[in-house]
Amino acid sequence: MLELKSINTYYGVIQALRDVSLHVDEGEIVTLIGANGAGKSTTLMTICGIQHPASGEILLNGKPIHNLQPNEIVRLGISQVPEGRLIFPELTVAENLDLGAFLRRDKDGIARDMEYVFELFPILKQRMGQAGGTLSGGEQQMLAVGRAIMARPRLLLLDEPSLGLAPIIIQQIFRIIQKVNSDGTTVFLVEQNANQALHIAHRGYVMENGRITMEDSAANLLASEQVRTAYLGM
Amino acid sequence: MDFQYFIELFFGGLTRGSIYALIALGYTLVYGIIGLINFAHGEIYMVGAFTALLVAGLLGYIGFPEGGILIVAALAAIVWTSAYGYTMEKIAYKPLRNAPRLSPLISAIGMSTFLQNYVLLAQTPDFVPFPMLLPEIDGILALFGDVLGPSDFFILVVSFTTMVVLMLWIRYTRMGKAMRATAQNRTMAMLLGIDANHIISVTFIVGSALAALGGVLIASHMGQINFGIGFLAGMKAFTAAVLGGIGSVPGAVVGGLVLGLAESFTTGYVSGNYEDVLSFCLLILILIFRPDGILGKRQVQKV
Ligand SMILES: Nc1ncnc2c1ncn2[C@@H]1O[C@H](COP(=O)(O)OP(=O)(O)OP(=O)(O)O)[C@@H](O)[C@H]1O
Ligand SMILES: [Mg+2]
Repeated sequence: MLELKSINTYYGVIQALRDVSLHVDEGEIVTLIGANGAGKSTTLMTICGIQHPASGEILLNGKPIHNLQPNEIVRLGISQVPEGRLIFPELTVAENLDLGAFLRRDKDGIARDMEYVFELFPILKQRMGQAGGTLSGGEQQMLAVGRAIMARPRLLLLDEPSLGLAPIIIQQIFRIIQKVNSDGTTVFLVEQNANQALHIAHRGYVMENGRITMEDSAANLLASEQVRTAYLGM
Repeated sequence: MDFQYFIELFFGGLTRGSIYALIALGYTLVYGIIGLINFAHGEIYMVGAFTALLVAGLLGYIGFPEGGILIVAALAAIVWTSAYGYTMEKIAYKPLRNAPRLSPLISAIGMSTFLQNYVLLAQTPDFVPFPMLLPEIDGILALFGDVLGPSDFFILVVSFTTMVVLMLWIRYTRMGKAMRATAQNRTMAMLLGIDANHIISVTFIVGSALAALGGVLIASHMGQINFGIGFLAGMKAFTAAVLGGIGSVPGAVVGGLVLGLAESFTTGYVSGNYEDVLSFCLLILILIFRPDGILGKRQVQKV
C-alpha cells in the first residue's frame, strides 16, 4: 500500500532521514520504533508532504506521492495523528472533529463516522461543546485519534500516541488502534513505547540516527536480544 | 445642553471608531494567520479610497444614476483593493514565509513606501476633494435630533453590519473554521487537508476588502484624500488592533471603538490638538503595560 524508497530528508543542512526504505501493506499494523531524535516524526511528516524529501520515492498503491501537497495526500486517504496531538485549543471538540472531515462532502458518511468515533470514545460526546484546550491529556489524544478517523483514512499514521499518558489510558488507546485496524484501516504506528507497540503490530522497523537498522515481524523483534536491551530495558 | 454634547461626542466617536475597527480587522486577521504586522495595510485602505474616487468620478461624468454611484464605486474599490492585497502577499510576503521574522516586516515597510509613492506619482501630491456619496437619512436625523451627523448613521449601520457578518462567517462557515484552525496551528491544519496558501490569500483578500470599505466610508465622510492618508489611518487602526489584542477579531472591534471614543472625548473636552497624539501615546502605554490588549490572551511562548 505505502512504500518508501531510499528517502533522504533534510532540515536545512541537517540530514534527518538517511536512505529510508520501508513498506506498509494493506490491513497491517506496522510500527516504527526508535529513540529520541531518531527521525520517526520526520518520516511521518515526509509521508504527509509537510517535509519534502531531497531524494527517494514515496509510493501509495504504486503511484508517487512525494511531490504532492499535503491536502492532496489527505485526499488520497492518508491521515496523521501527530506527535503532541496538536488539538486546536480554541475550537470546540465538535469543531475539531468536523475539521477532520474537512475535505469530505458526504454528509451522511460524515455523520456515520461521527457516531463511530463516539462509539470508540464515548467521553468525547459529553465534551462536544467544550474547547479542545480544556480537555485532559488522555481526552486530547482520543480527540486527535477521532479527528484523524473523521477523514476516513485508508492509512492511519500515529506518532507516539502513548506519550505522557497513564498506563490505563495507553491500554485503551492501543485497544482502539487494534479495533480501527480490524475495521479495515491500515495503521503505521510510531512509538517509543516499543513493548506495547510490538504487542499489537504485525511487523516493525527500528530506526537509529535517521536510518532503518532492523526490520522483522513484531514477534521476532520482541524476542531479539538487541531490541530487548536497547528498547525494552531488559 | 451638556448631556446632548456628550451624546454627540459619543456617536461621533463610535462612527470614527467603527471605521478604525474595519481597518484594524485587517491587521488582526493577517497577524492571526501568519504572525506578520502588515505595515502596508494602511496603504491598501488609501488605494481603496482612490479607486472609489476615480470610479465615482467616472460614473458621475457619464451620468450614472446618483443612488447607484456609491454602491458601484464601493464594490469597485473592494474588488480592486482585494486584488492589491492578494498580489502584495504573493510578491512581498510569500517568498519570505520561512525567512527570519524581521524580513517580511521590512518587506511590508517597503511595500507601504512603494504604494504611497506609486499613488503620489500616478495621482497628485495634493489633497483631492472626495464626493459626498453617503446618503443622508432625514427620518433618522429627526429621530436623533442633532446628535448624529448626517452620514454617521449610514457609516455606523454599514460598518456594524459588515463586522457582524464577518464574525458569523468566521464562526460558522467551512472557510471560517479553516481560517481559525490555520491560525491556531498551521501544520495541523495542513495535515487535515486545509490548503494553507489558499487560507492566507483569503485572509489578505478579506482584510483588504474591509480596508477598502473603511476607505470609501471615511473618505466621503471627510471629503478629501491624498496619497498619505494611509499612514495615519494605518497607525491608528494598528493601535486599535493592539489595544484590543492583536490576533483577536472581537478585540479589533472593541479596540477600534475604544480608540474612536477616546479621540472624540479628548477632542471635545480637552482640545482638538491632541487628537492624533492620543493614539500614539495610547499605543506606547499599551505596549508597556498590557501588550496583550483588552481581549488578547496572555502570549504563551509557542514551542
Ligand atoms: N524543524 C526542525 N528543524 C531542524 N531540525 C529538526 C527539526 N525537526 C527535527 N529536527 C531534527 O531532526 C532529527 C529527527 O527528529 P524527529 O523529530 O524526526 O525525531 P523523532 O524520532 O520523532 O524523535 P522523538 O522521539 O523525540 O519525537 C533530530 O535530530 C531533530 O533535532
Ligand atoms: Mg517524534
